[in-house]
Amino acid sequence: MQVNEKEFKPLIVAFCCNWCSYAGADLSGTNRLNYPANVKIIRVPCSCRVNPMFVLRAFQRGADGVILCGCHPGDCHYTTGNYYTRRRMTLLFSMLDYLGIERDRTRVEWVSAAEGAKFAATMNDFVATVTRLGENKRLEDLRCKKQ
Amino acid sequence: MQRIGVFVCWCGSNIAATVDVKQVAETLKSEPGVVFAADYQYMCSEAGQNLIKDAIRDHKLTGVVICSCSPRMHEATFRKTAAAAGLNPYMVEIANIREQCSWIHKDKAVATEKAIILGRAAIAKVHLNAPLTPGESPVTKRALVIGGGIAGIQTALDIAEAGFPVDIVEKQPTIGGKMAQLDKTFPTLDCAACILTPKMVDAAQHENIHIYAYSEVEEVKGFVGNFSVTIRKKARMVDPVKCTGCGLCTEKCPMKKVPNEFNLGMNNRSAIYIPFAQAVPKVATIDPAYCIKMKTGKCGLCSTVCEAGAIDYTQQDELVEEQYGAIVVATGYNPIKLDQFDEFAYAQSPDVITSLEFERLTNAAGPTAGTLLRPSDGKHPHTIVFVQCVGSRCDGGKGKSYCSKICCMYTAKHAMLTREKYPDTDVYVFYIDVRTPGKNFDEFYRRAVEEYGVHYIKGMVGKVAPQADGTLLVQGSDLIENRQLRLNADLVVLAAAIEPDASARPLATKLTASMDTNDFFTEAHPKLRPVESPTAGIFLSGACQGPKDIPETVSQASAAAAKVIGLLVKDKLKGNPCVAHSNEMMCNGCSSCEKVCPYGAITYVDKEFRMPDRTTAIRRVASVNPAVCQGCGACTVACPSGAMDLNGFSNSQIMAEVDAICK
Amino acid sequence: MQEAMIRRAKELLADGTVNRVLGWQRGEFVYDVTPAVFASPDELDASFVYNDFCGANLSKYLVAESRKEGKVLAFLKPCDTYSLNQLTAEHRVVRENIYAIGLPCEGKADVEALKAAGAAGITGIADGGDTFTVHTLYGDQTVAKADALAERCANCKSKQCVTYDELLGENGAVQNSHRFDMVEQLENMTADERYAFWQGELSRCIRCNACRNACPACTCEKCVFDNPQSGIANTAPADSFEEKLFHIIRAFHVAGRCTDCGECSRVCPQHIPLHLLNRKFIKDINELYGPYQAGADVAARGPLTDFTFEDCEPSVVHERGVN
Repeated sequence: MQVNEKEFKPLIVAFCCNWCSYAGADLSGTNRLNYPANVKIIRVPCSCRVNPMFVLRAFQRGADGVILCGCHPGDCHYTTGNYYTRRRMTLLFSMLDYLGIERDRTRVEWVSAAEGAKFAATMNDFVATVTRLGENKRLEDLRCKKQ
Repeated sequence: MQRIGVFVCWCGSNIAATVDVKQVAETLKSEPGVVFAADYQYMCSEAGQNLIKDAIRDHKLTGVVICSCSPRMHEATFRKTAAAAGLNPYMVEIANIREQCSWIHKDKAVATEKAIILGRAAIAKVHLNAPLTPGESPVTKRALVIGGGIAGIQTALDIAEAGFPVDIVEKQPTIGGKMAQLDKTFPTLDCAACILTPKMVDAAQHENIHIYAYSEVEEVKGFVGNFSVTIRKKARMVDPVKCTGCGLCTEKCPMKKVPNEFNLGMNNRSAIYIPFAQAVPKVATIDPAYCIKMKTGKCGLCSTVCEAGAIDYTQQDELVEEQYGAIVVATGYNPIKLDQFDEFAYAQSPDVITSLEFERLTNAAGPTAGTLLRPSDGKHPHTIVFVQCVGSRCDGGKGKSYCSKICCMYTAKHAMLTREKYPDTDVYVFYIDVRTPGKNFDEFYRRAVEEYGVHYIKGMVGKVAPQADGTLLVQGSDLIENRQLRLNADLVVLAAAIEPDASARPLATKLTASMDTNDFFTEAHPKLRPVESPTAGIFLSGACQGPKDIPETVSQASAAAAKVIGLLVKDKLKGNPCVAHSNEMMCNGCSSCEKVCPYGAITYVDKEFRMPDRTTAIRRVASVNPAVCQGCGACTVACPSGAMDLNGFSNSQIMAEVDAICK
Repeated sequence: MQEAMIRRAKELLADGTVNRVLGWQRGEFVYDVTPAVFASPDELDASFVYNDFCGANLSKYLVAESRKEGKVLAFLKPCDTYSLNQLTAEHRVVRENIYAIGLPCEGKADVEALKAAGAAGITGIADGGDTFTVHTLYGDQTVAKADALAERCANCKSKQCVTYDELLGENGAVQNSHRFDMVEQLENMTADERYAFWQGELSRCIRCNACRNACPACTCEKCVFDNPQSGIANTAPADSFEEKLFHIIRAFHVAGRCTDCGECSRVCPQHIPLHLLNRKFIKDINELYGPYQAGADVAARGPLTDFTFEDCEPSVVHERGVN
């Protein structure tokens, strides 16, 4: 399947913590701040709920980029959750990089409930980055890919 | 297979203008498990909710997906709707097609396609939802207040008045806290003792209040509604029941060279002492660091003179365990130590004092019986320089970055009172800004300047140098006149920044309550839940949460009391059912989950398991206390075997959402 | 050493300290030894062996053995003691039911290394002190032991037994090894080169689960890959992704817990250098969160169940120079 880079719209899965980043995403909606529709948000109670398996699963099923958003360190609703997220994802992303998977397909960003503008800007930037990378071929499961 | 109903809301034109709601409903209707799909103008309206209720009944729905605004907006509404129709409220999922779809996309085709995908993800999740029931736990109808200053006293009195028993734990021999050391209070200038001591007596006499003075919290176990607290009653060497507080022992005690902490070391007390005349409880305490009997075994004079026979040199610390439903932290503040501020010569000259020391020097019960005298030579000071923001708003390492909030007002008070009592005294105040928000505060400050002739100088003091003639050379800058000032002062008063009491940090650990980087307790929400800690059942009162003056402290104390009363009137607490749970068959008992749990909700039990070969084996397995778990999910990722999972956000539910989105 | 071990094992059996012995059993060939439990002096005499090929880490067997009736004697090499500590910290073994005898270790031989040194058609190996005399179909050959060391032993991290009830011989010291050199080499490649390297390695995986079964950190009651509820259960790789998924998840699950004993690579029938995945995590942890050796200290808090307020952001990965 030939993908024209101009037409390529990457599929982005965004895991957002309920208390800060999901609210930040809501706020960017309330303020009518645009970001591409190919970003799909999954709500989790805390960024520390995101298992590396979920990230890999998304890639396996054909996502082109995965981003985690949580409260800023120190502001976690559960006080310490995002500190664990920070370590886990640092190590996971480093491992993916080590395996030769484009490291720019993954990202962690701290977005507070007040940062609607940051949420939209982050998503626009991430979509642009992943669009430049093109389709995820290194971590996908071809059986699951849409024909 | 679930029987799922899909309800697509137009939200007037908010959704319908950019999302083809009919097409969304139509498309989602053909998803597996979906037996009903409808769209409606306002799903949250009564008519909309009735539509949902009717569909649940008519189509025997087991799951509901609402494509509408953010779940943060109406998830609770729709859960109630489902419950009203007899469906478990946790069988409802929301697809956010307003904030995260219609409001951010302009192209109708694009937005419609996304709305369908978000709907599919919600349907995929509902397929794996299970009915959840919140757990219930009983409430011990008794509160603990840690700290017996004005904050703790006010909170305790309010809770006690509502009819609930309260215990106050105070580490000092008497309650009263910082306020007991103050002279007058701004902006009304009524005497602190006159308004505080009646409250202390009220607390002592209240039938619902028990005071553990000279005691500390040793250990805290349990959770909201069911705390079990071990209190260490430190040995006073005096039987508090027998002691009448007559004070004879303190007079006869031969060891009279003990720095008096109540007067900040500006005079001495005896080794057996009562901190001040109005102490509550009015019971003597032996200071073992100075008592001759305790140190050498000889003396025993206090025991001889005590007619009540209250002295007991063999007394030991005693541990008592009490049960509480709620805990209020009221540990207060202290002025910071000024050792690091060499430029102000605090350590070099006894005539450089802190504002709290100034309070004692002007207090009728203080070391000078209320006459303002220089500590060095006991003479009247004729020029006094007050320096504000000593260690406050200080970005260097030695101070605090925050504003201590109370200094502007008490400095204005000190300056005004000095000018009133000693009109021959010149009073200078160096300030960065004068901050006086508060009822009648600015008027008060202006009176100090305009009526009392206090010289306010905008600028900081660079150096205080003790001179040979006993005066203090104060060098500062006047930023308004743009010149350097050199003043010869008799007394320099430093408005030291305030910081949380040192006992707060270890206490926070015991309570699993969070703190900020300055060691102030964190509130559950800075604006909307300012008197609650994020840890359920822990409440905050007074300066332990941030710098506060007395009126604010009392307001917060009463607010915390109201929250406690609101908790204690309940017979049972309903928990959040979206909590973690461990599958015992898979649990390794490795303790990873316990280590990342911020609430201490996970414990381990040895359990007997039947093995496939008909033998039994004892294995260590994790067990989550649903009343303590707040459902963050940190444990679920720490668990290598996947035994730990989270209700409402299970591994399989989230993966189903991922799959639906990536389909 | 073997005689001393048997003698001591017999004593401990005789005085009732232990009722069985975990050690190594002689096989068909000299390099073909298997972990085994011996219940009597006769069994020890019959087949107990300790030689340069006793590379297997016995700690993992203690997960099951320490839960049985009575105390078990375990002979542990320095590597194995790190694993035992880690298992103790995770409550996976009952330490009181184990009598651990620490052994000195100068590295174990790898028969593959012998073959690589040119010994084809091996019929037998004789120990010649610092050398092996390898009998082959084509005549005898002498190989220095140093040249026959397994990779993990050539890059030994520690010759120190960190937990034991008794030591046979002298305890060694923590080594200054070059174990991260290969990881570094990979890090210095371009992403495409790394991808090609791992694609080449991991595509050989036959999902025999030997790595998982030998790994002393993989002791889950039920592995997520065997659990239909986990959502990632699979027993055979259906495509190139799943090989990676399995190995990434496995490495992540043991991250911060892996003691770097190297069993995964030793047992891999396809000779995939799996330890390079674990070492990557260890290297990252050391560099980002401070030196940490799993199993060195029972009371230590693992790096993934810990944090500091000043931890680096995940973006450090993206800010690295080479790609």
